[in-house]
Amino acid sequence: MRPFIYERVSDWAAATQAAGGGASAPVSYLAGGTTLVDLMRLDVMRPQRVIDINALQDGRYGRIELGQNGLRLGALVRMADAAAHPDVRHHYPVIGQSLQLAASAQLRNMASLGGNVLQRTRCTYFRDVSYAACNKRNPGSGCAALAGVNRMHAVLGGSDHCIATYPGDFGQALIALDATVDLISPDGARTIPFAKLHRQPGDTPDQETMLRPGELIVSFTVPAGPWTRRSLYLKVRDRQSYEFALASAAVALDLEDGAVREARIALGGVATVPWRAADAEAALRGKTIDEQTAMAAADAAFAGAQGHGHNDFKIELGKRTLRRALRQAAALEI
Amino acid sequence: MASVSTATVVPAFARASRATPAAANSGDARAPSDFTLTVNGRDHRLAVDSRTSLLDLLREHLALTGTKKGCDHGQCGACTVLLDGRRVVSCLTLAVAAQGRAVTTIEGLAKNGELHPMQQAFIDHDAFQCGYCTPGQIMSAIACVNEGHAETDADIREYMSGNLCRCAAYPNIVAAVRQARPAMKTASRD
Repeated sequence: MRPFIYERVSDWAAATQAAGGGASAPVSYLAGGTTLVDLMRLDVMRPQRVIDINALQDGRYGRIELGQNGLRLGALVRMADAAAHPDVRHHYPVIGQSLQLAASAQLRNMASLGGNVLQRTRCTYFRDVSYAACNKRNPGSGCAALAGVNRMHAVLGGSDHCIATYPGDFGQALIALDATVDLISPDGARTIPFAKLHRQPGDTPDQETMLRPGELIVSFTVPAGPWTRRSLYLKVRDRQSYEFALASAAVALDLEDGAVREARIALGGVATVPWRAADAEAALRGKTIDEQTAMAAADAAFAGAQGHGHNDFKIELGKRTLRRALRQAAALEI
Repeated sequence: MASVSTATVVPAFARASRATPAAANSGDARAPSDFTLTVNGRDHRLAVDSRTSLLDLLREHLALTGTKKGCDHGQCGACTVLLDGRRVVSCLTLAVAAQGRAVTTIEGLAKNGELHPMQQAFIDHDAFQCGYCTPGQIMSAIACVNEGHAETDADIREYMSGNLCRCAAYPNIVAAVRQARPAMKTASRD
């Protein structure tokens, strides 16, 4: 690991000042460290300064608040605490499940919600610096995964420059429920839709988010809605626990007499970013969920999918995962 | 098991702290960070390179080698310790970021020469073969019981999934956790 200057800050203004002030040197914020320390040890991330924001978790941004208008999740809440929170589990089960089905108990105790949505891809060519070709790590160098071992890679949202999968689960729950992200930076505070946080790789896969230099996530707001209680997260993976998704689906339904009034659907494990499946939602509106309508929705969700060889199976697996999630959500007793 | 009180080691790179316990931004990335840390009830004042993981601090600086290094990337659980009572992987924890907090390692479990109920249960059920993952398994298992996640075998398997055992002693580990659960509850009432 390369040397870095460690700074521990005790208020948010100091944090963004510390990160924004020395803009010439790469700066990283440290919360749980489960991605950052890992990638620094692999020499993939090379910050020269690390700003530890963990002392800020005793304040507002370390708490969960349930109000009339929705749920506010502080960015320094740990995954384990959000997954176990009674209000999250009861009113927003898809959020609780997406966190509970991720990582291990140890990592969930460490990892913050803010860091979770910014976790980096598990693409082996990105993580292994002995591969020269990685447009995400080394812009312009090419993509070793396109013609390489790409069983874990994305079939949605890729480009000729990058097909690295977005590895998270929580992000799918947030995008399905139209969450917003509260940000602070030396220039002030702003709120953006979670759907605008991540960028598809296009021809600049090194630019993964819309965050400005030194900008920091402080909380997420998830609006209330009649679909949040009839929601679930279904995750299909190579082993039963402690594994990234091959395919996953976040589903929330508002039903009236069995017919879909609103469907909220996001897909994980198959796309380069948290992936909202708006076409599948539209295909379900007004319909009763059965094998036929679920299949039509799944076909719509993957209409633009492109396999790259080893990961061709993800298209069919992703469709079946979504079909099962829809049938399960429709059958939930709430 | 040896008592931790023998570990009055002055680490090669640690030295008595100067005035400020909090790590200061000296502007020099190679300057050591000064801080305090409580390990198994003992306070330590340390000055180490900021890159030092909590795992390396325990093993290389405090001579507490019970905590094992498996993958060093948060994937195997061999380095599991308790940080303020919560289980974490010490390999992905920067030592300097743990400043001011309380660490419990496998060396801190036995009291007055008596094994912790979880240690005894692992012996009773032969819950290991090579033993390399065992300190991490035991630390994780204690947290698993304390969290209330050891009520069923299915829960034990799910909540112990962050600790890999290449010898595949899993059935015996589940049996050990099952045995220790009531014993830990009894012990906590005493």
